[in-house]
Amino acid sequence: MTEMKPLLSVQDITKAFPFPRDLLQRLRRQPGQAVHALNGVTLDIRRGETLGIVGESGCGKSTLARCLVRLHDCDSGRVLFGDTDIATLSGAARRAFNAKVQMIFQDPYSSLNPRMRVRQILTEALSVHRMRPAAEIPARIAELLDLVRLPMDAADKYPHEFSGGQRQRIGIARALAVEPQVLVADELVSALDVSVQAQVVNLLLALQDQLHLTVVFVAHDLRLVRHISHRVAVMYLGKVVEVGPTEALFSAPLHPYTQALLAAAPEIDPARRSRRVAAKGELPSPVNLPQGCLFNTRCPLAFERCFKERPALPASGDHRAACHLTQAEKE
Amino acid sequence: MTPALQVRHLSTTFGHHGTPVTAVDDISFDVMPGEVLGLVGESGSGKSVTLRSIMRLMPHHSAVTGSVLWQGCDLMTMTEAELRRVRGGEISMIFQEPGTALNPVLPVRVQIEENLRAHTELSAAGRAARCLELMDLVGIPDAKRRLTQYPHQFSGGMRQRVMIAIALASNPKLLLADEPTTALDVTIQDQILKLILDLRDELAMSVVFVTHDLGVVAATCDRMAVMYAGRIVESGPVPAVFAQPNHAYTRGLLGSVPRSGTERSPLLSIEGTPPGLTSRPAGCAFHPRCAFATDLCRRESPALQDRAAGQAAACFHSDRVIAAGLAGS
Ligand SMILES: Nc1ncnc2c1ncn2[C@@H]1O[C@H](COP(=O)(O)OP(=O)(O)OP(=O)(O)O)[C@@H](O)[C@H]1O
Ligand code: SF4
Ligand SMILES: [Mg+2]
Repeated sequence: MTEMKPLLSVQDITKAFPFPRDLLQRLRRQPGQAVHALNGVTLDIRRGETLGIVGESGCGKSTLARCLVRLHDCDSGRVLFGDTDIATLSGAARRAFNAKVQMIFQDPYSSLNPRMRVRQILTEALSVHRMRPAAEIPARIAELLDLVRLPMDAADKYPHEFSGGQRQRIGIARALAVEPQVLVADELVSALDVSVQAQVVNLLLALQDQLHLTVVFVAHDLRLVRHISHRVAVMYLGKVVEVGPTEALFSAPLHPYTQALLAAAPEIDPARRSRRVAAKGELPSPVNLPQGCLFNTRCPLAFERCFKERPALPASGDHRAACHLTQAEKE
Repeated sequence: MTPALQVRHLSTTFGHHGTPVTAVDDISFDVMPGEVLGLVGESGSGKSVTLRSIMRLMPHHSAVTGSVLWQGCDLMTMTEAELRRVRGGEISMIFQEPGTALNPVLPVRVQIEENLRAHTELSAAGRAARCLELMDLVGIPDAKRRLTQYPHQFSGGMRQRVMIAIALASNPKLLLADEPTTALDVTIQDQILKLILDLRDELAMSVVFVTHDLGVVAATCDRMAVMYAGRIVESGPVPAVFAQPNHAYTRGLLGSVPRSGTERSPLLSIEGTPPGLTSRPAGCAFHPRCAFATDLCRRESPALQDRAAGQAAACFHSDRVIAAGLAGS
C-alpha cells in the first residue's frame, strides 16, 4: 500500500493518572505518585481500515481509545484528525469532531439512559448534532434500526427490555446516527456470550463495508482481533511494542512480548495443545516502570542494552517492533 | 476402569415466587481417575449450579435430587459430618469469584493451615513445612514472606494461585474448578492452566473444569460436556467433539469462535439469545435458535443418546448437523 495520509495520527502521547497525595507527602511537598497509563504512543489510523489494539489488562488500551475521541486530554504529544490537533478544537468544531469520531462502549447498559425509549435515545443523538430536520427523524430512525438488524418495534421499548447483544446494537445505532467516519469500539463484545459475540462481530463487519467506516477495535481477545482487523497494534505497559498487518503479525510476530502473548492464547484446535509456559512472571506495576525496555523483567531474550535503553518503535515500515533484538537483526 | 465420580440424574430447582424453576435438569456424567472434564456452556446454562449441587453447597431455597457417587458413597445422602470430611479434603473446589473465597482479614498462611488442620494429621511443624511446599508448588516466589501477607497484597493471578494452594493442601483426588482463569490475563491464565495440568499428572487427581472458553477446553480438557439451559446436550472426547459436533448448539458454539484462515468472513453464530430460567422453551430448549429444528423438536425433548466416537448428543437431527459441518453458514 502506498503511504496515504492517515485519518487519525497519534503522535508520542503520554497520559498519567496521579494518585491523591497523602498528608505526609503534602507536608513534605513531595511529588505524588501516578499510574503511567500511556508512555509515548505513536500510531496512525488509516482511512477505511480496522485497526485492532490488543494487550493485557492495564496496558493502556482503553486510555488510548479515550484519548482518540478526546474523552481524555493527553499530557503531552498530540492527536491529529486530518491536519487538526484535536486538543485545539472548541465549540462547533469540537462538536463536529465528536460526531465524526464516535466511541461505542463495552457496557451499553450504563451508557443508555434507562428511562428513555430507543426512539428518544436515537432522536436525542440526531438532534444534539442537528443531523436532520425534525420531519426526517422518524425515517432516519427506521433506517438505523434496519442497519443494526433490529425490528421496528424496538423503537418503542426501553433498554432493559433487550438482551445484552441487542443493547449493543442499540449502542451501535446511536453511534451511527450522527454519520461518523470513525468508530472506536472498546471491548465491544467482551461481556457477551460467545454465540452473541459472533452476531455483533458479523454486524460490525457488514456495516463497515456498507458505510466505509474506519474502525478502531480495542480488545483483549486475540482471536476476535485477528478476525476483524486489517492491522494490529500490540500494547504493553502504555507503549505500542509492535504494529503490523494482521497476517504478518500473527504468523511472524517480531517482539518477544507479542510472541509470548500469542503462544499463551489457547489454540482452538485440541491437536495443537502445548504444555510449555509462554511467559513467566507478572506485569510490573505501572506506577514504578522498569528502566530500559518495559518488557525486560519478563523477556527471555533480554541482554545488557535492554536494561539501559528503552527501545523506540521504528518510524517507518509496515511491520515493526520496539525491540533492540529485532532491530539489530534487521540492520 | 471405574469412574472416580458418577453423577446420576442430578436436578436442582429454585423456589421462584411459588413456582419452582429448574436450573439443572436431570444431568448425568462420569469423571475418570486422572481425567480433566470440561463443563462448557454460556452464561446461565447451569455450570456453577451443577458444581455447587455436587458439593451440596446450594442455598436453602433450592432442592437437589439425584445421586453423586464418590468412591462408592452417595454424597447426596451422607451426613453433614461425613460430607465435611470429603469437602475440602478428597474433593476440593476453586470458586468463580476469587475475591469472595479468601478471607480478607487472615494472612494466607492461616488460611492454608486451616485446611491442613481439618484434613491432615500433620503436626504444627509439618503444617508449616507443607505451607512452604504448597506455595512453591503453585509457583509463588518468596514463599516465607508471602505466607505472612493478606489477600489484598497479592495480584489477581497470585490470589488465584493461593486459592489453588488451599485447594491442594489436602492432596485432593478430585478438583472442581469453576472458571479459575476467566478473570486473568492470557499470559497468567496460561501459567495457571499448565500448573493445573502438571498437578493432575503429579497427584493423579481428576478435574472438573467449568469454563465458557472453548480455547481453554481445547488446551486442557480430555473430555467435555456441553450444557444448554440446564441440560447436557453433548458430551465426548474433546478432539472428537471439536472435529465433528453432533448437536446443533455445539456446532453453533464452535462456529462462533473465529479461526485463523477465515479472517473477516462472517462467523457461523447463533440467532437469538440463551433462554432465561423462567422462559425455557418446550420440546428441545434450543429449538427457537436452531436452524435444523422441525415440529418434532418443538414438541418433544430429545434424550442424550450415544453416538459414534464416544460422543453422545441430545438432538433429533444429529445426522443433518454432522452433514452441515463446521464450514460457513
Ligand atoms: N441461589 C440462586 N437462586 C436462584 N437462582 C439461581 C441461584 N443460583 C443460580 N441461579 C440461576 O440458575 C441458573 C444457572 O446459573 P449458573 O450460575 O449455574 O450458570 P453458569 O452456567 O455458571 O453461568 P456463568 O457462565 O454466568 O457463570 C441461572 O439462571 C441463575 O440465575
Ligand atoms: S433437537 Fe431439533 S431443535 Fe434441538 S438441536 Fe436438534 S435439531 Fe435443533
Ligand atoms: Mg458460573
